Amino acid sequence: MFPSHAFLRFAALAFCAAAFFASRVFAAAPAFAPAIVYDFGGKFDRSFNQSASEGAEKFKKETGIAFREFEISNPAQREQALTQLARRGATIIVAVGFTQASAVEKVAKQFPAVKFTIIDATVDLPNVQSVNFREQESSFLCGMAAALVSKSGKIGFVGGMDIPLIRKFALGYVEGAKFVNPKIEVLQNMTGTTPAAWGDPTKGAELAKSQFGRGADVIFHAAGATGIGVMQAAKDAGKLSIGCDSNQNYLHSGGVLTSAVKAVNVAVHKTFLGAKNGSWKSGVIALGLAEDGVGYALDEHNRKLITPEIEARLNQTRADIVSGKIKVSEYKAQ
Amino acid sequence: MSAPGKLPRWAELGLLPVINLVVALLISGVVIKLLGESPVAAFKLMAAGSVGTQEGIGYTLYYATNFIFTGLAVAVASHAGLFNIGAEGQAYIGGLGTGLVCLWLGAWPFWAVLPLAVLAGAGFGAAWAFIPAYLQAKRGSHIVITTIMFNFIAASLMTYLLVNVLIKPGQQSPESREFAVNAWMPSATDVLARVGVTFAATPLNLAFGFALGAAVLVWLFVWRTRWGYALRVAGENPAAAVYAGIAPPRVIIGAMLLSGALAGGLGLNELMGSQHRILMDFPSGAGFVGIAVALMGRNHPAGIIVAAVLFGALYQGGSQLSFDMPKINRDMVVVIQGLVILLCGAMENVFKAPLAALFAKFGAKPGVG
Amino acid sequence: MSDEAGSATAPGRNSDGAAGAARAPALELRAIDKRFGAVHANRAISFAVAAGSIHGLIGENGAGKSTLMNIIYGFHRADAGEILVHGRKVDITSPQGAIAAGIGMVHQHFMLVENFTVLENVVLGVEGGALLAGGLTAARRELEKLARDYGLEVPLDSMISELSVGLQQRVEILKALYRRAEILILDEPTAVLTPQEADQLFKMLGRLREQGKAIILVTHKLREIMAITDRVTVMRQGAVVAEVMTKKTSPRGLAEKMVGRAVLLQVDKCPATPGVALLSVTDLEVRDRLGVPRVKGVSFELRAGEIVGVAGVAGNGQSELLEALAGIREPSRGEIRLGGRELVREQLDARARRALGLAHVPEDRLRMGVVASFSAEANAMLGYHDRPRYGRGLFLDGAASLAGCEAKMKEFDVRPAQPALRISAFSGGNQQKLVLAREIDADPSVLLIGQPTRGVDIGAIEFIHRRLIALRDAGKALLVVSVELDEILGLADRILVMNGGEIIGELARAEATEEKIGLMMAGVRGEGGA
Repeated sequence: MFPSHAFLRFAALAFCAAAFFASRVFAAAPAFAPAIVYDFGGKFDRSFNQSASEGAEKFKKETGIAFREFEISNPAQREQALTQLARRGATIIVAVGFTQASAVEKVAKQFPAVKFTIIDATVDLPNVQSVNFREQESSFLCGMAAALVSKSGKIGFVGGMDIPLIRKFALGYVEGAKFVNPKIEVLQNMTGTTPAAWGDPTKGAELAKSQFGRGADVIFHAAGATGIGVMQAAKDAGKLSIGCDSNQNYLHSGGVLTSAVKAVNVAVHKTFLGAKNGSWKSGVIALGLAEDGVGYALDEHNRKLITPEIEARLNQTRADIVSGKIKVSEYKAQ
Repeated sequence: MSAPGKLPRWAELGLLPVINLVVALLISGVVIKLLGESPVAAFKLMAAGSVGTQEGIGYTLYYATNFIFTGLAVAVASHAGLFNIGAEGQAYIGGLGTGLVCLWLGAWPFWAVLPLAVLAGAGFGAAWAFIPAYLQAKRGSHIVITTIMFNFIAASLMTYLLVNVLIKPGQQSPESREFAVNAWMPSATDVLARVGVTFAATPLNLAFGFALGAAVLVWLFVWRTRWGYALRVAGENPAAAVYAGIAPPRVIIGAMLLSGALAGGLGLNELMGSQHRILMDFPSGAGFVGIAVALMGRNHPAGIIVAAVLFGALYQGGSQLSFDMPKINRDMVVVIQGLVILLCGAMENVFKAPLAALFAKFGAKPGVG
Repeated sequence: MSDEAGSATAPGRNSDGAAGAARAPALELRAIDKRFGAVHANRAISFAVAAGSIHGLIGENGAGKSTLMNIIYGFHRADAGEILVHGRKVDITSPQGAIAAGIGMVHQHFMLVENFTVLENVVLGVEGGALLAGGLTAARRELEKLARDYGLEVPLDSMISELSVGLQQRVEILKALYRRAEILILDEPTAVLTPQEADQLFKMLGRLREQGKAIILVTHKLREIMAITDRVTVMRQGAVVAEVMTKKTSPRGLAEKMVGRAVLLQVDKCPATPGVALLSVTDLEVRDRLGVPRVKGVSFELRAGEIVGVAGVAGNGQSELLEALAGIREPSRGEIRLGGRELVREQLDARARRALGLAHVPEDRLRMGVVASFSAEANAMLGYHDRPRYGRGLFLDGAASLAGCEAKMKEFDVRPAQPALRISAFSGGNQQKLVLAREIDADPSVLLIGQPTRGVDIGAIEFIHRRLIALRDAGKALLVVSVELDEILGLADRILVMNGGEIIGELARAEATEEKIGLMMAGVRGEGGA
């Protein structure tokens, strides 16, 4: 996971040349220099940020080009990290997460020559690419899957922190479930109201247990590391869970119905590649089912759970969403 | 009769903290070495990153501004014998007050917005501190417990407001819209440019001056006013306060109101000065760092300023460190900060006895015939 | 002084005539020296205590008695000097070491676990094996024997918290004896006892002496030194200034050596001429936090130009009475009138009472009367900090408080006269003088004083007593609460004795004797009544 030894030596060298000389070192050698800034969750969150990190690592492996990365630990560092990366000659900077939107907006204005890509938010500037995902579409399919396998007529949803993004997941999920069974009951819980809600597997397990106790037999989580607890509780109760962001089917083979996959890794990888070979463009990119930006995961771990009938129904709906026959509503704050 | 282990004042206030700091850095150095990096290079990097450049200084002082506010908040409560763990929540709610003024009255001229923003920040922070204070003073609920609880309540309340009420319509991030430019605290860069000095663009802003001003006011209040005197008496010896006719409940409430108001100053720096909008979790732990800052600064405003700048430097230097030495990630930086807090705050007396023994051996003898 | 001091200049020699020259003393100190930084706490202290004798150690606060005892008991290490036990040099580095050397100590503040039984307290730390039961049986047998031998009967299975202070002290002594102490140090043992209890203690000490124990009695009460000790060592400013046979000296002689100048033990005063009642109390009841009545329907009057003394064993309601009068505690019933007007709820705080001309010197100085970490200057305005003289508006005037403190220090001879010095660095007597100065300075009509000379040196006692009598003569009304009978007898014009929260008897000074008061303190109603 760590950058190569050679890079370290290079970094140390750069440092020895004193802080502000460093920028000249970069400036003098206008090589392709990609960089990525993760958000609070950190790059090992087994979910969103980690997926982004995997994309960047894949790029490095393929091209041999090292990238700079930074994990922020307070709000002020967002802007600081972006500024420093831009000043030290980064050619493309990926900002992971909607919380970085305003920082990107500010720094992108200051460095018009540097390319920025923001994930999960929209920043309207000539040097910024905004990558958004239509999570409601994958959630819709997951909701359908849950409703199709549920015997009790009750399914559950455990969100992380109560923010619009997670409500977006929840809304798509409910719509999908009702699409299959209008009478289905969806139990919903948010883990919390602070960023700690992303990293509390114990609470996740408690919420899942309570939903199982109330009769749910499938639970979808959109809760980052908290979801690990949800999935564990499902396994312990002999019930099913649905993973989120990354393909989490492998976590409890045979116990995870499917995962609502969000291809952040693909987006990051594509961004770096595109910036390298000149195909990178600013503007808004919306990745949904049609673009393979989101989807539901089907592999050997859940092959037995997703019967051919269910698979056929999901694929049909997928095609209908892509063609626009079915419209999935998007949660909007006010 | 002097007790053993007494140190000269200069050693107590100057030498001892330096020794503690050096030891903390030595231990950190060992950890850095174990990670396979050069401790010397790492510390040079931290020093250069925090005070070696204009940008570093800007960020260091910007962080220090938050810590001065929260450190003063903790110190004032501490002088009254109260352990205010709720500076985090008070800063959060105080910031809401400042933020609302900036959002609603941003069209007004700056000179009109500023006093209202300051008052609203202080008022909201004080109001948030009032409830635990009242419960302690009148109902005997322990302030440590209630202020912790109120941190959580503040976080929940702010999330609710940001997600449902204040959020800029049509966006994902639970943040308000940006304040109008009139409601921005002038940045240090702009202020210095007026007097012909060029200074790198950093989040450092005029709120730093407010923090210094608050420190002076706190000093005046605690040591030069009758209320401050009553506060210290109640904090040092509640029985003596009752004897002197100082009502402890009033002191508790007064001290906590002031403490909350000071914590509320954080919004001036963070929202008005840097982020220019209300966002989630903007105090990001400054309320808790404030406890360490107050501890290290011996609850004295001057000490708090020094400690706050030190912690600001640790934050900024640590940020640079993880930026330039990828092996030292942000968690390692937290470890280094933790070591400094541990040795300079919690374990400050570890080296006191040996040092006092040294002084007794070499210092005192020539003095007495 | 010179002839008596002569014997002290021969340190190391066994000077106890009774024990004979051949036997080594039980405890001998040779040139013990100890410094704390710049403070020379003990200067070459030498003296010897023979087995089968009681040795008095007196000196003013800060004379170095405590340091010396702490060195013997292993809390501190001497910089120089030797300690010999039964002629053998010992190196004591901890209290455990002291116990091993046969030294036991009874502290002024008992070191007992309140909710343990007597037996458990005694064996605490020397349980003798992992299985407690066996050790306890053996301990019980041994303790019963000890109690018989020395007349130290204590109910072994009672909780400490159920015992009277006198019995608790016995437990402390038993603890030391159980640990085979041959040398027993008692630090101010009578401070918490009634005169009768003190007599019993002395009887016990007498029996211990007969059994061959060596006893060191640290005290400031000259009467006790005279009553029970064989020899006495007087310390002043860290040094031994005299060591004498008790029967060859007098209280006055000892007092002079302690202070270094002539002192008056009894201040002369003319008879009181009481005027109008300034403070009158009717049927006052005060309950503690648990609702237990501490003062039960007390009524009395305090008139201008008189000193009323309240005598009683500590803990019989005097403290609560004083605090209720001062506005610190809310009475549950009854009426307090100050200068003819009734004090009602609105005046239920010390500040309001001060404004009405009532001042209060609290019983426990360090707990209530001063803020230990503050300077003398800051303490000199405690309770008066919001008066106009100390500042303007919200702000304090540093110059005014400094001047105020300097004036008080000068008038009351507070030493050192350094307003910036922490109050805790002053001796007890000087602290008390400053507190007294502060309260008198406000020119009150009624002055409540708890334990006027607790922890105060003899030299300062005389001064304080003089000032109080002068106040009386100036027409003020003074209420003095003290557990020191001497003090009550020396100061008061009228004496109220409290027992169990009630005023059990009232005596005019002329008819009061130590025996009469002592009996009333113990709960025997006076024949005269109130």
